[in-house]
Amino acid sequence: MSDTDLWKTTAEVETCIWGMGRDLAALLQEQRKDAPLMIGIHTGGVWLAQRLHRQLALAEPLGQLDISFYRDDFTRIGVHPQVRPSRLPVSVDDRHIVLVDDVLQTGRTIRAALNVLFDYGRPASVLLAVLVERDGRELPLEPNLVGLRARLAPGEQLKLGGPDPFRLVLGRIPPERGETPAPPS
Amino acid sequence: MSRFGIQLDLQGNLKHFLTIEGLGRALLTEILDRAEGFLGVAEQTVKKVPLCRGKIVANLFFETSTRTRTTFELAAKRLSADVLNLNIDTSATAKGETLLDTLRNLEAMHVDMFVVRHGESGAAHFIAEHANPHVSVINAGDGRHSHPTQGMLDMFTIRRHKGDFGSLCVAVVGDILHSRVARSQLLALRALGAGEIRIIAPRTLIPAQARTLGARVFHDLREGVRDADVIIMLRLQRERMQGAMLPSEHEYFRLFGLTEERLHTARPDAIIMHPGPINRGVEIDSQVADGRRSVILEQVSNGIAVRMAIMSLCIGTQNLHG
Repeated sequence: MSDTDLWKTTAEVETCIWGMGRDLAALLQEQRKDAPLMIGIHTGGVWLAQRLHRQLALAEPLGQLDISFYRDDFTRIGVHPQVRPSRLPVSVDDRHIVLVDDVLQTGRTIRAALNVLFDYGRPASVLLAVLVERDGRELPLEPNLVGLRARLAPGEQLKLGGPDPFRLVLGRIPPERGETPAPPS
Repeated sequence: MSRFGIQLDLQGNLKHFLTIEGLGRALLTEILDRAEGFLGVAEQTVKKVPLCRGKIVANLFFETSTRTRTTFELAAKRLSADVLNLNIDTSATAKGETLLDTLRNLEAMHVDMFVVRHGESGAAHFIAEHANPHVSVINAGDGRHSHPTQGMLDMFTIRRHKGDFGSLCVAVVGDILHSRVARSQLLALRALGAGEIRIIAPRTLIPAQARTLGARVFHDLREGVRDADVIIMLRLQRERMQGAMLPSEHEYFRLFGLTEERLHTARPDAIIMHPGPINRGVEIDSQVADGRRSVILEQVSNGIAVRMAIMSLCIGTQNLHG
């Protein structure tokens, strides 16, 4: 296998996102969650959230979270060099949040994102939507909405490329890095 | 010490922040970019991020300061570090303890970072040289030498208003001779590639090496601010004046005080900066200090984000070394 292999084509990813949008609309209606706030996690999660936000024609502007300052591996790797400001244009207090990310693996990113969110206020509820749910969970977190599921070999990593065009690529963590804990997804 | 000098580790990561000198454009830009991310913390309900949780920062202030000390304290607290404020005048050094003994005692309390302000040039550097290898030192102003975090917060403020430095004309006005702030600003402006750097001051307040700092020298305010994009006023440091450098403060204001009328030749969208504390009616007229072009209070807010960026970078480097 080469360092990066195409795992899902643009067309497959697009179809999957469209299906997620449809299911999310149904889920929100079923749970009677009106006027939800959609928040994407940088970077892939924001791309995906932009697409879902448009498809559901949500009234409130899209929020963006950068979790770099809340990562639990800062003591090991320092601050990620490219920190984008978190932008939550509407107060999260008492709102229903749809948190969006590209790949859910360990659950550490979501743990960090929830911490950021609660430093901005107290949401009424949080739903988690992910494009890919893969194995490797290290925390008790489960998504409410999943586009694709994957079981991968140790050291393999899925990455969303995009946003134009979207594609899911399978990469390998080089062995010397593979021995240290993988970065949270 | 690494080949990059005492401030950087062997991989070129920032370990201490003592002076702008020797830090390249890439690293300064990284600090500015990182500070951009920290600005948003002020908008959170809980104005804290957990980056430096469990770390201890000691503010060692051998010279009095309100703004710098409080913004450093706030920056450390927003990073979730614990902060010790040591007012050295009233502590053990006054009882005869040497600086190094004070340092050793604080290290025994597992302090991770010293923020140092001192009246002697080179004091922070001295502490960095003698501190335990796992401790970082940040210079919060040493003598006439350097005040690098102030220099960086000024660059951050300029970049937020004006974008790219390459096309900018920046004028620094006032007591360049005694000003560690001016030295840091001039070094940073040069490293970041500012288009034109000017210094404007009476002949007695310009250091001999002014031109080697890459600046054009003016002795006439109106002429000096012509077409400037950024005008940085410096505080007239009355406490550092020795001998007859100036006839009087009144005379200084008459010639070098920034008024609306004297700003006419600057660009219409020029911004006015001042590191504070301002002497109203000495170097700057109240109308200008409080006017629409003034970004003086914004500099204070930006100072917190920039200090968070620098502190977290240094602590991050410590973590890399376990």
